[in-house]
Amino acid sequence: MSDKKEFDRDSISNTLIIAIGLSLVCSIIVSSAAIVLKPVQAKNEEAFRQRIILDVAGLMEPGGDIDTLFASIETRTVELASGTYKDDADMEATVAIPDQLDLAGISQRAENVDVYLVTNNGRVEQIILPVYGKGLWSTMLGYLAVAPDGNTIKGLRFYAHGETPGLGDQMDKESWRAQVAGKKIYGDGDEPVIRVIKGLVQEGSAGSEHMFDGMAGATLTGNGITGLVQYWTGPHGFGPYLKNFREAG
Amino acid sequence: MSEARKVLIDPLVDNNPVTLQMLGICSALAVTTSLLPALLMCVALTSVAALAGAAISALRHRIPNNIRIIVHMTIIASLVILVDQLLKAYAFETSKQLSVFVGLIITNCIVLGRAEAFAMKNGVVMSFVDGLGNGLGYSIILISVATLRELFGAGSLLGYPVFELTSNGGWYVANGLMLLPPSAFFIIGLLIWGIRTWRKQQVEKPDYQIHEVHRTEVY
Repeated sequence: MSDKKEFDRDSISNTLIIAIGLSLVCSIIVSSAAIVLKPVQAKNEEAFRQRIILDVAGLMEPGGDIDTLFASIETRTVELASGTYKDDADMEATVAIPDQLDLAGISQRAENVDVYLVTNNGRVEQIILPVYGKGLWSTMLGYLAVAPDGNTIKGLRFYAHGETPGLGDQMDKESWRAQVAGKKIYGDGDEPVIRVIKGLVQEGSAGSEHMFDGMAGATLTGNGITGLVQYWTGPHGFGPYLKNFREAG
Repeated sequence: MSEARKVLIDPLVDNNPVTLQMLGICSALAVTTSLLPALLMCVALTSVAALAGAAISALRHRIPNNIRIIVHMTIIASLVILVDQLLKAYAFETSKQLSVFVGLIITNCIVLGRAEAFAMKNGVVMSFVDGLGNGLGYSIILISVATLRELFGAGSLLGYPVFELTSNGGWYVANGLMLLPPSAFFIIGLLIWGIRTWRKQQVEKPDYQIHEVHRTEVY
C-alpha cells in the first residue's frame, strides 16, 4: 500500500467499508459452506436417527451396517386417536393439544405417527415409539422402546437435544440409559405413572418400578423427560395404541 | 527463516499458551476425557488460530482501531462456524461429543490473544506460523492430558483397549476419577510443575512477600 501515510484507517468511511465489507464476505462464506455441506450433514443425521432406533431396540452391533440392520425393522403408521394402524395416512395433518394435557410442552402433534416394530417370525418383540418434548433449553427428540406387553420399557434414547453439556446430557450416558430398562409405564389405571425422581432410585422401594434415576444438576431436564414420556404414553399420545397391547397380553 | 522457526517452536514449551499463559484451560478440561475428541479439537483450534492470524494480518493496515476487536471476532467466528460445519459433515459422531466446545473456540483466549498481540503487528506468513505454533502448543497439552485420562480412566487409547479392564476379565481397575473434570486440573497442574522444574526461568516471582511479624510489633 503506497498511500499508507495518507490513508486514514480510522476515518468514518473506512470504518463503514470494513464493517460492511467484512460482514458481507464472512456471511457469504458461512452461508455457502452451510448450503454446500447440508446434504452430507442431513445424511449423517438420518443415519444417526436410524442408529438410535437400532440402539434403543438393542439391535445395534459394533461395526454393523445400519442400512442392513434397519431393513429388518418394520415401519407402521398409527392413528393416535384410535390407536390403530392406518396405511396411506395423511402425515401432514396436525391436531392441537389442550393446555392441561400438554405435559411435553409441544402445543400440537401429528395425527398419524410412524412407529417401528421389531418382529420375530411375525410376533412383535418390541414397539419403538417416537417421543419428543421440551427439556430445559431445547426440544428433546428420541425413541422409547416398549415390550409387547405395552407396559415394560426396554429403552429410551434421544438423538437430538440441546440440554446443558455435562449436566442435562447425562441422559445420553450408558449408566442412565441402562437403568430405564424394565421400568413399568402404567400402574393400575390407564394414566402413565412413570417419572424421573430426584436422586437415584432405591431398588425395591415402593413404586420403584415406575421411577427413573434423577440426574444431579439437571432437575428441569428430568422434568422434561417425565413430561414427554407421560404425554406420549398417555391418553392423548400412544395410550390407546399401547392399551391394545396390554389387553391382548 | 530462523525467525519463523522461533515463532513456531517458542509456543510449544517456552511460551506455551496453556502451561505458561494459562489460557484455554476451560476446553482443556472439557474435551480431554478421551483422545479422539481431543485430537479433533486440536485440529479445529490450530486451523482456526492459523487462518485467523493470516486473515487479520492481511487486513491489519485497514482495520479501524475502534472496531478492531469486533473485526477479529467476526473473522474468528466465521472460521469457527466453517470448521463446525465441516466436522458435522465429516466427523459427525465425534462432533456430537465436542458439542459446544467447537463453538466456544470463538471465545478461546488463545485465538483472540494472538490476533491482538501478534497478527496486528506482523506479516501474513509470520502470523500464520504464529497461529500454527500456538495451536500446536495447545495441542501438545491437550493430547498429553487426554492420553493420560483415557489410558488410566478407561484403559484404552482412541477407543482401542490397551489395559484389559477387570469388567472384561482383565487386570486393570479403571480409575473413574480420571474421567471427571478435576483430574484434568491435577494433570495440568502436574505438567506445569514438571515444565517449571525443567525450565526454571518460567517460575514466576511471588506477587508479594508475607511480612514476618515480630512479637514487639504487635500492639
